[in-house]
Amino acid sequence: MEQTGTVTVKRGLAQMLKGGVIMDVVTPEHATIAQEAGAVAVMALERIPADIRAAGGVARMSSLELIQSIMDAVTIPVMAKVRIGHFAEAQVLQSIGVDYIDESEVLTPADDKYHIDKHAFTTPFVCGARDLGEALRRIAEGAAMIRSKGEAGSGNIVEAVRHMRAIGDAVRDLHAAPKEELVTRARDLGAPFELVAEVARAGRLPVVLFCAGGVSTPADAALMMQLGAEGIFVGSGIFKSKDPKKFAKAIVDATTHYEDAKIVAEACKSLGTSEAMPGLDVRNLPESQLLAPRGS
Amino acid sequence: MARIGVLALQGDVEEHRASLRRAGAEAVAVKTREQLDDLDGLVIPGGESTAVMRLLERFGLANPIVQRVRSGMPLWGTCMGMIVVAHDVADMEQPSLDLLDVTVRRNAFGRQNESAEVDLSIPALGSKPFPAIFIRAPWIERVGQGVELLASRNGHGVMVRQDNVLGTSFHPELSGDPRIHAYFLAMVERARRLSRKRSTAA
Repeated sequence: MEQTGTVTVKRGLAQMLKGGVIMDVVTPEHATIAQEAGAVAVMALERIPADIRAAGGVARMSSLELIQSIMDAVTIPVMAKVRIGHFAEAQVLQSIGVDYIDESEVLTPADDKYHIDKHAFTTPFVCGARDLGEALRRIAEGAAMIRSKGEAGSGNIVEAVRHMRAIGDAVRDLHAAPKEELVTRARDLGAPFELVAEVARAGRLPVVLFCAGGVSTPADAALMMQLGAEGIFVGSGIFKSKDPKKFAKAIVDATTHYEDAKIVAEACKSLGTSEAMPGLDVRNLPESQLLAPRGS
Repeated sequence: MARIGVLALQGDVEEHRASLRRAGAEAVAVKTREQLDDLDGLVIPGGESTAVMRLLERFGLANPIVQRVRSGMPLWGTCMGMIVVAHDVADMEQPSLDLLDVTVRRNAFGRQNESAEVDLSIPALGSKPFPAIFIRAPWIERVGQGVELLASRNGHGVMVRQDNVLGTSFHPELSGDPRIHAYFLAMVERARRLSRKRSTAA
């Protein structure tokens, strides 16, 4: 018997990425830099979130030629983004063989009500979440990996911290809850009872949880790992910095040794006076420019 | 109780630790040179081999691991772990620890869409097939002298042993079947007996 596309192999690839850094890249050259710096996977896209933000308009799945050229350039897994609810974009990415599909709020949603039925795919999906209910709804739809949403392209970690704390607090709370509360908890979370019961029993999500959105320094990565992230997505933080090679290595080192402040300090020092990406105060962004509330 | 380290630079570390504990060992995460000192065996888990090879060298773990294993400490590499300990990687200039005389080919069974659950025949573990989970898995293309081929999938080597080093292309830590963890712990027990005998003789 040989079976592909099972829940175990879909969730399994995310398990292999744990403790690692997944980097947004827009060219094969970026992808090679990311791989040499120790990235465990790359996210292939035409524009990093900070530039999507600046460009405005409708952001769609990237050109297949670009994604393919990145797949050809590296040996690590390659992920790519589709618009929320755009299952035809996902079918296309599956057919060219990307390793993971990100149903992402960074692109302009195609469906303002429903997400993709991810069980229908062989290729695994990662989805964003701001809280436990949202995470469990995505898992119920078939997501094999969850990431915080953060506020992509802002260079500001505050939203990712909020989401990681919200998810972590809710998981700890459920783990301590008596059994008779679980049905009502499931109703309040807006999530299927079976998944709520599973989280209550295990004290963790049934899939791997990464942090995404706003990581731009080694200390940001160490912070998120200590808050319970099992790995880090870095979007604009590397290739919008002044020295991408150095930033990539420093963020990898800090993610590996997040609990050792001396090593995180060395990672910070290795950057010298190179500047991190410029940041945005999320509170000053008009609601129409916020990405995290897209899809819930 | 045997004390087994799981290399924790990156990868599915906790899954291996849980499986080792269920099989009756103490299982500790290893990130530094000092943590290698009092181990009876080491597991290198699944993960990304380019990332982990860089971190092994960056944090000075590569040489100490090689020395410990050359002096008899059992080591088991799963998927990425097997790539990291192989002699070489086919068609790639990838550094490795060269503790297992095989040539591996990375992602040989394909990308993620070809990742699969397979009922694998492993005669050394008895007649019941092993639920083997392959994820962007490598295969073993060349086997050196003294390397025992323990299992193959569609004619490609996927499990090998050379003295105190075990390699699997797949992930027993994800399957819930404890037999390969038990097999490795038996290798560790033999090595411990041998080293006790040596120290009494001395």
